[in-house]
Amino acid sequence: MVGVKSIPSPAISADDRSHEVDHPSSQVAQFGADQPLRLDCGVDLTPFQIAYQTYGELNADRSNAVLICHALTGDQHVANLHPVTGKPGWWETLVGPGRPLDPNRYFIICSNVIGGCMGSTGPASINPGTGKVWGLDFPVITIPDMVRAQAMLIDRLGIDTLFAVVGGSMGGMQVLQWTAAYPRRVYSALAIACATRHSAQNIAFHELGRQAVMADPDWHNGSYADHGIHPHRGLAVARMAAHITYLSDAALHRKFGRRMQDRELPTFSFDADFQVESYLRYQGSSFVERFDANSYLYLTRAMDYFDIAGDHGGVLAKAFAGIETRFCVVSFTSDWLFPTSESRALVHALNASSARVSFAEIETDRGHDAFLLDVPEFLDISRAFLQSAGKARGLTSKEG
Amino acid sequence: MSVQEVLPLDGLAKEQSGQFRADHLLVAGMVKPGSKVLDVGCGEGDLLQLLETRGIDGRGIELSREGVNRCVAKGLAVVQGDADTDLVNYPDDAFDYVILSQTLQATRQPKVVLENLLRIGRRAIVSFPNFGFWRMRLQLLVGGHMPRTENLPASWYDTANIHFCTIKDFVELCDAIGVKMERAEALDLYGRPLRLRMPWWVWNLFGEQGVFLLTRGQGK
Repeated sequence: MVGVKSIPSPAISADDRSHEVDHPSSQVAQFGADQPLRLDCGVDLTPFQIAYQTYGELNADRSNAVLICHALTGDQHVANLHPVTGKPGWWETLVGPGRPLDPNRYFIICSNVIGGCMGSTGPASINPGTGKVWGLDFPVITIPDMVRAQAMLIDRLGIDTLFAVVGGSMGGMQVLQWTAAYPRRVYSALAIACATRHSAQNIAFHELGRQAVMADPDWHNGSYADHGIHPHRGLAVARMAAHITYLSDAALHRKFGRRMQDRELPTFSFDADFQVESYLRYQGSSFVERFDANSYLYLTRAMDYFDIAGDHGGVLAKAFAGIETRFCVVSFTSDWLFPTSESRALVHALNASSARVSFAEIETDRGHDAFLLDVPEFLDISRAFLQSAGKARGLTSKEG
Repeated sequence: MSVQEVLPLDGLAKEQSGQFRADHLLVAGMVKPGSKVLDVGCGEGDLLQLLETRGIDGRGIELSREGVNRCVAKGLAVVQGDADTDLVNYPDDAFDYVILSQTLQATRQPKVVLENLLRIGRRAIVSFPNFGFWRMRLQLLVGGHMPRTENLPASWYDTANIHFCTIKDFVELCDAIGVKMERAEALDLYGRPLRLRMPWWVWNLFGEQGVFLLTRGQGK
């Protein structure tokens, strides 16, 4: 008999997680029937809420606000302990005192996207019409929908023009959507490891993840909440597959090679003999503790639909015509999810639009995830770009 | 005689101008303040920084990743790219001036690059090392080997420079593609301009580098 251990159940109960869905520990902006969110699919979402965090203070002329857009499985807890996992914020390399985005200098806002599961209305939220969890009854959302909701939050905070919109991966897509939809409201844009459209290969990977979720018998056609369970095995597999795409072969090899986990010889089973297997299982199981399976389906779908050029007659440059936003586009050499060629296409379009754009490719073997890691060259460039934009904007820092 | 005395630049203090290369000061003097400039092969952005002090809206393209990253770190709007392949992506008349400083000799298709410069910009400023310079000629004639100078120190087998030309060659290329020369300068070994009204052959022999301000010719 061949030994098999399945992916363990999450250590954090579904109740703990679902509490954050409707009653997050962060700030919440409520939008009632008088302010519906008009979705691309034609539905008006109302009422809805956006959960968000802020760091630092808005200055007197309201010119130092920075919006951080999170990636697919991120949330608003960019620089504070996570309320569910207790782990540090996901972008503490970039955000924090002495960091390129210093709360002593900027008023930093990060919201959980619409469709998410950390306090913004999404498929895990309670549908006020039925009193039950939305599940698959939740309308399909897009990146422009997320940005439209963020714009309503920024309005609510009394901010007209954001000094900077910053984000990587899906967050970078939101940055680009912000500049395309609200060019006058974005003074500078830092778009990292992203693209103006989701590639066929990336859609394929997302489909793999969604099918893994849907193949889990606990998924119950999306109504698992009614059954009091969570399709954690399917979601963990989706996360494991996605996680491989965030790394590079070189990084995996450097970190794990073919080393074995707590043993010298293979067990001749399907147990996690290799360290890389244990690592992936850990990534999968820790992810399901904090994330909702349906939310994963909706957010991956939003990325798949993203295509700025498609929204502008197929001509990308049209999306940025006459734009005055200062852009900085950053890519990483070993990122095969959003390769440099995608950033280059964006830069060509921005050049054609006569936009003020900087573009740097950072040499690293750490793959797509590099934007979340301590990569000094990337952090230096981010700091320099924000500082020079701040100088042009007339922002004075507290530390002089 | 110091370089600063030869090349005074409006609004730039003497001690400040000492930080910049002589040919950069000359190029910067050719650009009208307030205009929009693309510097192709901008290196580490020294010229762009000089242009910024003159209120010029500068952008750059640079092939080397290190160069680009240093430029971005200086707050300059620079993208990584190749003059040979990327200029086609720039629309017509996007800039007032396009500058190609000490880069022409490293391009695969100098003629195509030059044509692109004058399509993207209303004017182009091109500077390049003059292979007709007497020291170059002497090294080849007497030494019998490919010349090497302070500005071009690499050996023939590991240099990025693949299309050397003389000032005379360049002038002939401009004539051939109908480009008008608005201003021409030859700089000596110390970066000082040679006196005006010298015959071409003197420039070709004694100019260490040529700096040309070009505009589109008739019918372009």
